[in-house]
Amino acid sequence: MRSVFFALAALAVIGLAWWAYNENYATQAALQRVEKLQRQLGQAREDLGVLRAEWAYLNRPERLRELSDLNFERLQLMPLAPEHFGEVEQVSFPRLEFDELRAPVDVSAETAPPAAEGIQ
Amino acid sequence: MIRTPLRPLAAVISARDKGEDPDRIMAENLRIRHEDMRDRERIRAESRLLVLALFFLAGFVAVGVRMAMLAASNPQEPRADGYATTISMQRADIIDRNGAILATNLITNSLYAQPPLMIDKETAALHLARIFPDLNAEKLLREFNSNRKFIWLRRKISPEQVQQVHDIGEPGLLFGPREMRLYPNGNLAAHVLGGAGFGREGVHSAEVIGVAGVEHQFDSFLRDPANEGEPLQLSLDLTVQTAMRRVLGGGMKLLAAKGAAAVLMDVKSGEVLALVSLPDFDPNARPRPLTKGDAADSPLFNRAAQGLYELGSTFKIFTAALALDGGFATPDTMVSTRGPLKWGKYTIRDFHDYGRELSLTDVIVKSSNIGSANLALEIGGGRQQAFLDDLGLFSPLPLELAEARHSRPLLPKRWSEISTMTISYGHGLAASPVHLAAAYASLVNGGTSVQPTLLKTGSRPPTGARIVSTETSAALRSMLRQVVQRGTASMAEVPGYQVGGKTGTADKPKPGGGYYKDRVIATFAAIFPAQAPKYVLVVTLDEPVETSGVKPRRTAGWTAVPVAAEIIRRVAPILGMRPAIDPPAAINYTLSDY
Repeated sequence: MRSVFFALAALAVIGLAWWAYNENYATQAALQRVEKLQRQLGQAREDLGVLRAEWAYLNRPERLRELSDLNFERLQLMPLAPEHFGEVEQVSFPRLEFDELRAPVDVSAETAPPAAEGIQ
Repeated sequence: MIRTPLRPLAAVISARDKGEDPDRIMAENLRIRHEDMRDRERIRAESRLLVLALFFLAGFVAVGVRMAMLAASNPQEPRADGYATTISMQRADIIDRNGAILATNLITNSLYAQPPLMIDKETAALHLARIFPDLNAEKLLREFNSNRKFIWLRRKISPEQVQQVHDIGEPGLLFGPREMRLYPNGNLAAHVLGGAGFGREGVHSAEVIGVAGVEHQFDSFLRDPANEGEPLQLSLDLTVQTAMRRVLGGGMKLLAAKGAAAVLMDVKSGEVLALVSLPDFDPNARPRPLTKGDAADSPLFNRAAQGLYELGSTFKIFTAALALDGGFATPDTMVSTRGPLKWGKYTIRDFHDYGRELSLTDVIVKSSNIGSANLALEIGGGRQQAFLDDLGLFSPLPLELAEARHSRPLLPKRWSEISTMTISYGHGLAASPVHLAAAYASLVNGGTSVQPTLLKTGSRPPTGARIVSTETSAALRSMLRQVVQRGTASMAEVPGYQVGGKTGTADKPKPGGGYYKDRVIATFAAIFPAQAPKYVLVVTLDEPVETSGVKPRRTAGWTAVPVAAEIIRRVAPILGMRPAIDPPAAINYTLSDY
């Protein structure tokens, strides 16, 4: 009886040691992965910073103004002035093209109601 | 275990036979047994003590070894819960009120040389001089050949330059990573941002520290890792700032002014939406401060927040406010304007002769120095001082700019009666344009004190202390509107925005004392729309002159006012303000035209 107990205890110790060994290496692997990911994160953040800086630099008001001046013939952009505010009434409704209505209106590609056929 | 009997029968019988006491045998046996027991106990206790001692020894050894390991090993950051610590997070961004970037960081390289590692010093010096034109090959070679072990060559170099230096193939030329501060908008908002430079420098990194402006003021906030890179949001509006800088720059050039400053402020919250001081500089390459001459001539000088000027007749509205609020007068009370007013050796004159008397409103509208001085005399210097103090004109600007906090308004040493009279029309007290903007905002927003700020206030700020009553505030707004409608600032009329305001033209003081005859500071403090003001705009021009007429004109009405009007015309639509007029019917925009 006693020897069986000793044997079981020894097996348990071996088992636990095996588990602890594995856990140790799994932890180290996870830590290395975390470190690598964080390095990647840092790199990505750095790249993002560069991109943001570049975006801000390319969109600086001075450059945009020069571009709009260069392309004035096509864009005809002017500085915003009080006269540019308008009333809703000044905007005419787009002319209704009835021909267009005749064309099938694809409301939702997958579940087009069968009633739509009838409209045609 | 077989126990030895205490009274062995054989021994007892033999003892009886010999006539001895058998109890002694028992006592003897008992003694032997007890001795045995004691010995065993001692051995057990000793072994226990030994085991215990071993345990303690093991424990102490373990602690000792661990301590020695900790002492001998290099420190290491905890890995599992660490933030991704890269050099790029060293300093937070600065953004405007809409989130556009005003300042950010960029990773570049620094270049240094280690002469002991160098192989071909001559070629390296020649190539370096070719890549960086400002380096001198001979001087470089001399340095390489000296005893120095380490030479900084450049603080910041571009990736292209890195490649070119790589191509030299010299092992003694080395790079270190460097974070540099980038201001993508260049000169725009230069005075607000200030600039940044390197603090303590090592090979692998360098501290980036703010040297002026908000960069300096919020240095610890921007560098605090606890904020996790949260940007600093300013109240500035990039678009408004751009438009204002452009118009002001144009005005300055047209009027041949030495300098110009403009501030646009929200009347309720005190948020500064745009702050321009010209001439300005590029914060990416901040110039060195002047070592001689007047610091105010340097482009680094912030004329809007740092410059102290006698702001002239713009101060008359303060006298009027005091008179109305203290019950000394109503807008229609007649004030004597008979001149010239003599006080001791001083004579106070008006630009024109306005006759015997004017109503208080007309004193403001026509800008009468004599009327204003007479009113101030009636009110008294004590009240005037307390009022100007309440408006913040006695204390350094509470704006979040390091340099602004150092410039305290210039007050007369002794507040005599003549000081009371001259300060009532803005001479003898020098304050910054931002001071003036804050004071105007406090007067026209309903009468509550406003603290100028460069930070975006998220929610509506609490209403400040009351300066003047609501009625007084309304009366002042009406007066300011009339100045534009029929007074000195008639050029400020911008259709649709009901501009109100007050002009101020002050002679510039000579450095030695006295005033220049032909150099002025022209100021226009405007509010718009006048009925329910949203914004205050202060435009100040340094030595402007308008030469379209026969005689050169220097008054604010001909210089600062048209510039301010153009700024309002450009800026108000950007701020989303609808003009309060019908748009012209002739231009009939329709979508179908396109």
